[in-house]
Amino acid sequence: MSLNRYILLYRETDAGIDKNERLFDAFIKELSENDLTHSVQVVDAITTGTTDPESTLVKILPDNIYFRCTGTGDAKKIVDDFIVKNKPVKKLETPSTDKQYRIVLRNCGVIDPENIDDYIAREGYSALEKVIFDMTPEEVINEVKKSGLRGRGGAGFPTGNKWAFSRMAEGEIKYIVCNADEGDPGAYMDRSTLEGDPHSIIEAMAIAGYAVGSNKGYIYIRAEYPLAIKRLEIAISQATELGLMGDSIMGSDFGFNIEIRYGAGAFVCGEETALLASLQGERGMPKPRPPFPAVKGLWSKPTVINNVETLANIPVIILRGGEWFSRIGTEGSKGTKVFAVTGKVKNSGLVEVPMGTTLRDIIFTISGGIRNNRKFKAVQTGGPSGGVIPDTFLDTPIDYDNLIALGSMMGSGGMIVMDEDDCMVDVNKFYLQFSVDESCGKCAPCRLGGRQLLSYLKEVSRGLGSIEDIEKMKHIGHAMQKASLCGLGQTTSNPIQSALRYFYDEYEEHILDRKCRAGKCVELLTYTIDPEKCSRCGICKRGCPASAISGDRESGFVIDKTVCIKCGDCFNKCKFDAIDRG
Amino acid sequence: MSKLNRTKFRDLREELRTSKQESTEIIVGLGSCGIAAGAGKTFDAFQKEIKAKNLTGTVLRRTGCMGLCATEPTVEIKVPGMADIIYGGVTPEIAREIVERHVMRKRLIGNLIQDKPSRDILKEGE
Repeated sequence: MSLNRYILLYRETDAGIDKNERLFDAFIKELSENDLTHSVQVVDAITTGTTDPESTLVKILPDNIYFRCTGTGDAKKIVDDFIVKNKPVKKLETPSTDKQYRIVLRNCGVIDPENIDDYIAREGYSALEKVIFDMTPEEVINEVKKSGLRGRGGAGFPTGNKWAFSRMAEGEIKYIVCNADEGDPGAYMDRSTLEGDPHSIIEAMAIAGYAVGSNKGYIYIRAEYPLAIKRLEIAISQATELGLMGDSIMGSDFGFNIEIRYGAGAFVCGEETALLASLQGERGMPKPRPPFPAVKGLWSKPTVINNVETLANIPVIILRGGEWFSRIGTEGSKGTKVFAVTGKVKNSGLVEVPMGTTLRDIIFTISGGIRNNRKFKAVQTGGPSGGVIPDTFLDTPIDYDNLIALGSMMGSGGMIVMDEDDCMVDVNKFYLQFSVDESCGKCAPCRLGGRQLLSYLKEVSRGLGSIEDIEKMKHIGHAMQKASLCGLGQTTSNPIQSALRYFYDEYEEHILDRKCRAGKCVELLTYTIDPEKCSRCGICKRGCPASAISGDRESGFVIDKTVCIKCGDCFNKCKFDAIDRG
Repeated sequence: MSKLNRTKFRDLREELRTSKQESTEIIVGLGSCGIAAGAGKTFDAFQKEIKAKNLTGTVLRRTGCMGLCATEPTVEIKVPGMADIIYGGVTPEIAREIVERHVMRKRLIGNLIQDKPSRDILKEGE
């Protein structure tokens, strides 16, 4: 008799398996009593979400049914009733904890991205076939409008309207541009989509081309994404070979060709006018709008620029209908959003959820919560253009409008989770440094304002700031928001503004008390040895890289503050909590 | 292959859609995150092992990132008649273990099994 059933016991990734061990043994015992050990296997599995400390989640395969077990007696019930007698055990059954809903990532991790057959077998190019043969361009645009899809690159402009503007714009030649210049620190959903499902992007571009009246598309992608580029190239050549791209798609009189253009990794080139400049071979700098690219874009022709994630939604919208799509999500934000959850969470990764899912669900239920049993402090959404959101707003449903109301933004979907060891001033400094480095320098508010802000921040982190600096920072930030030429400068001060809103006390502490509670702002720290707690083991002295600790096991140890480089090595190594960090 | 017109495209789609999986599939996540975690070596190990064990009915495939970045390299095993299983943290050693135990003897390997992140809307309905 061979194995035909499996019992999976879920455990947390970083917890011990003690709790499960007893249940595991109970299952083995019940199975052997029923002489089933040859046909049923019990194994441990890993859950990426949080688990309940009181119970264990159990899944039976191939039945795909979940049970929640609180004691070893439940093992007997499941084996006796469910496995032996095929009777349901309703009392212990629990619905599957599927919180994700994947539209954009529908093929990622499922198909071979380098094999067009895999894509075609899963509805691939069927949407393109449908629009070319069964729909007018107006109908396509209407379907996208009906879906309520908004641009996933950051600003959230309705995609259907963008297409309509370009369709209405005068001109024989029009362009479709895919913005694959993903630059937010910590965001990589576009890279994964391109690497995992490149055909969906080129199919969507051709659909956009049909809707707008364009026969030419460009993918602007950063050169740092070599694998995504390679897979796009393969996808384009496979599709062209089959006649699914090229001058006459599926024998129709509609043709569409795509070229790939590389970006050199400048953050500002994600801004659409700067992207177009770079695409044309000019220096990547933004231009004032209007005219908008939809009317006057690449080589002054009407141009639709859509982000990767936006495009990935299009084939599904066409096949399932705009109405279907608009039923997912919230009033003002339809569909799903992919987030790259990183930072202090247990399970970093890509998460796609319907709009309106709460931060708590994403960070705790799906990503497993905070690592090492630390406390959640805040989450940065929207990358360097967004802001921090503290724990009081964990239950806010996420959509474009709610995030703006909280002083952050959707951005491209990076989500960096911070715990109590992260200092807000330090985090702000990181993002500001990034924005300052990436400012193209064309307009004064961004070029000068960013530097000014950074110099204030540096002073604060060194304990040299004054309370008036906060007001000055707010003023400069406000001026940058109002007067900068493009989104980069307009949003540079967002992280600071939101930190001042939610973590004002931390700024105050740095300025007035010269303290950094997270221990990140090195210049505010002093390390001292508490002789009461010190057991005189000497581990601190042996490990000190600056030889700043003197003394011996007889007389005790002291830190020479003039020599100490504040690396924190002694603080981390001391087993007796005898090192004070103040 | 010659260029497809609409009818031929539909025929091809139908053929691909209805073709049944009869062989065992080993699918390695080869996105940038997987490769960075060593999925290339894992892939090679599977290739070698399939050859060494002469498993003619087993197909080795590649796919993109399924989003479980914390546990890369991830590998999905589809044995006909068995539930599909995803393993995380698959080193070349574990790859050999998977072939020997899971593929050949239908035994799952504990402590590495990951849940599918979501259901497949194209196959399992919306």
